[in-house]
Amino acid sequence: MKELKLMKGNEAIAEAAIRAGADAYFGYPITPQSEILEYLMLERPHERTGMIVLQAESEVAAINMVYGGAACGRKVITSSSSPGISLKQEGISYMAGSELPCLVVNVVRGGPGLGTIQPSQSDYFQAVKGGGHGDYRLLVLAPQSVQEMADFVGLGFDLAFKYRNPVMILTDGALGQMMEKVWFDEQKPRQTVFPSWATTGKSTDRERNIITSLNLDSLKQEKHNQKIQDKYKKMKENEVRFEKIECDNAEYLFIAYGTSARICQKSVQLARERGIKAGLLRPITLFPFPEKAVLELANLVKGMLAVEMSTGQMVEDVKLAVKGKVKVEHFGRMGGVIPSPDEILIALENLIKKIS
Amino acid sequence: MTKRISADDIVKEENLVYKKTSLLTKNVMHYCPGCGHGTLHRLIAEVIEEMNIQSETIGITPVGCSVLMYNYLDIDMQGAAHGRAPALATAVKRLMPGKYVFTYQGDGDLAAIGTAETIHACNRGENFTIFFINNGIYGMTGGQMAPTTLPEMRSSTSPYGRDVKMMGNPLNITELVARLPGTYYVTRQAVHTPANVRKAKKAIRQAFESQKLNKGLSLVEILSNCNSGWKMSPLQANKWMVENMFPFYPIGDIKLEGKLLDKE
Amino acid sequence: MTEEIIIAGFGGQGVLSMGKILAYSGIMQEQEVSWMPSYGPEMRGGTANVTVILSDERISSPIINKFDTAIILNQQSMDKFENSVKPGGMLIYDGNGISRHPERKDINIYRVDAAEEAAKMESARTFNMIVLGGYLKIKPLVKLENVIRGLAESLPERHHSLIPVNEKAILRGMDIIKPVQEL
Repeated sequence: MKELKLMKGNEAIAEAAIRAGADAYFGYPITPQSEILEYLMLERPHERTGMIVLQAESEVAAINMVYGGAACGRKVITSSSSPGISLKQEGISYMAGSELPCLVVNVVRGGPGLGTIQPSQSDYFQAVKGGGHGDYRLLVLAPQSVQEMADFVGLGFDLAFKYRNPVMILTDGALGQMMEKVWFDEQKPRQTVFPSWATTGKSTDRERNIITSLNLDSLKQEKHNQKIQDKYKKMKENEVRFEKIECDNAEYLFIAYGTSARICQKSVQLARERGIKAGLLRPITLFPFPEKAVLELANLVKGMLAVEMSTGQMVEDVKLAVKGKVKVEHFGRMGGVIPSPDEILIALENLIKKIS
Repeated sequence: MTKRISADDIVKEENLVYKKTSLLTKNVMHYCPGCGHGTLHRLIAEVIEEMNIQSETIGITPVGCSVLMYNYLDIDMQGAAHGRAPALATAVKRLMPGKYVFTYQGDGDLAAIGTAETIHACNRGENFTIFFINNGIYGMTGGQMAPTTLPEMRSSTSPYGRDVKMMGNPLNITELVARLPGTYYVTRQAVHTPANVRKAKKAIRQAFESQKLNKGLSLVEILSNCNSGWKMSPLQANKWMVENMFPFYPIGDIKLEGKLLDKE
Repeated sequence: MTEEIIIAGFGGQGVLSMGKILAYSGIMQEQEVSWMPSYGPEMRGGTANVTVILSDERISSPIINKFDTAIILNQQSMDKFENSVKPGGMLIYDGNGISRHPERKDINIYRVDAAEEAAKMESARTFNMIVLGGYLKIKPLVKLENVIRGLAESLPERHHSLIPVNEKAILRGMDIIKPVQEL
């Protein structure tokens, strides 16, 4: 039986983590995502499922607790917001190198630095291009509703274990703080059988398991790099997710994810009321990016407007994908300012003027 | 007159009086001759073997000379980022409370970059063991000044000796964490003489045994020379350690059964 | 039907919880709802606002800058949101502490003096329910029984004894709201 609740996006992530059978959450408070840790502490998941929740001394400690738990083959989740995610990059890089599955939630706020606590999408580069040191990628999911905040927790764990790679849910303060209806799946049991690579204690019937990202031999390291690059290739083949809204007869296309995609849906309505045939392509996976879908639409539309709450980060991936076939521009607000549906429409009208 | 035996005969099973512990792998250790790491690895392996807990033990390695410890011990191990081993161990032990969990960390790892993780794991009373090997220097990176480097001691980043006015004082982190309510057993030992090796092994055993009680963190500090980093022969280095390190970092138990021993 | 509402006032006036009860009420009658708060330091005693959308269809943007209804509970919010009401839309305000009354000619304006009434009822904490009652009198989008069910959902069980006094406050609000300007 599914269960209906009215919840903040942050709370939905926390509840979904319990229901997905997560083994542990480690985190550190930071606005605008502290409700995740608060909800978990209030819910006593240890009594519901045996799930462990611990408030760490720092984001650095929290991500390394995630490393320790993930290395035992457990389903472990952590969350933070931009400045805290920067601190976690060391651990995320180590986990990508050690091929450990885990779920990292970034409820983005405006930066750089301490910035603002208001919503932003300025951590796109950090999320999809690696983030920490070394050649690696995260699989990045971008929810646009409280329902997807919940749904992507279970999906994120599945993908993390499928590829033995950290998965990031890239969301923002608006989705974290807003309440919407959310349907929850039934409680999944926590796993009782762990992957063969996990450090659960060396039994006599197997070799010892070692989890490390260290390969002092360069040729060995290069081989390892090749192996993880092959995983990213497989992700590109199998895991691209996106949604097309009013794209069938569209002449102009918005490309936006997360909160911006929600606002653009209103802009599409407003545009169509004025006789502009606008559509929206919403990437759901930011890595792998829906390059093919963007290219296909580039052959059909007259112009594209990437809408992001940043100075323009995803727009670079859009431009790479369209291979110069169509004009691509960026519109965005920064520093925690959320663009309104009608200012996005004005930006589209300006683009149309330039093209015609 | 005793019978002379050849080099080939000496390694025959019937002639062996002392052998490699089965929990040590066949990999050749990379440690410098005279360094304490090899001895401490062996002691930990012996204790795990004697307690018959190979399948119950998870070790966490640091960044430092012992970063490759997992090559030498035949148990499941995780390699941590620099200083973060207590965070990993916190998760491992909480997720598998029935297992024996230990970290193995040098002074740079534990007392500089990992100070926060060390202090908070100790203060939360996490139920695992920290083996803390202290040689007063960063060995792996080539002998730089460590948080535990003594006043006036030379290193590659204190070439004229540690000037405490400029570079700060050595950090006696073991005495510091012993004062936290979360630590249950805290001791300092050395492995430079057979008698010290025996005492160190007892301490290691006691630390593992105390995990059964679930009463808090156990920390065993082992003072070691770093003859390469100190630019001395192994024997000179041990002598220097006894004369200079021991007065600053006295050997012996500091906290037993959750109670500080009053040394005054 | 889609109703886009902003409720704005001081932190501590129950702005956010009033929005929450409205959202819960919408759920009780199987509508789509969204509740988007302003968040951050301004919530601690400063101004607070929340955007609530009730709709029979999937809600596109939870973040909007034009509203069908603005419920305004202090002067700062009046200055900020009066011009955000769609032409033909509705503005409800509490006159308490208002030095500059609404001036728009193209919207419906109502006044509900809830602060004064709550003081009379000796129940300051039901202030927001009096306002809600006033709103529901003019726009009966959600049925009273669904509001009560919504209240029960949003209140922790230990506070369920407070439901009757809140219901009374809603009814009182329905009585005291009065038109200032009707188109």
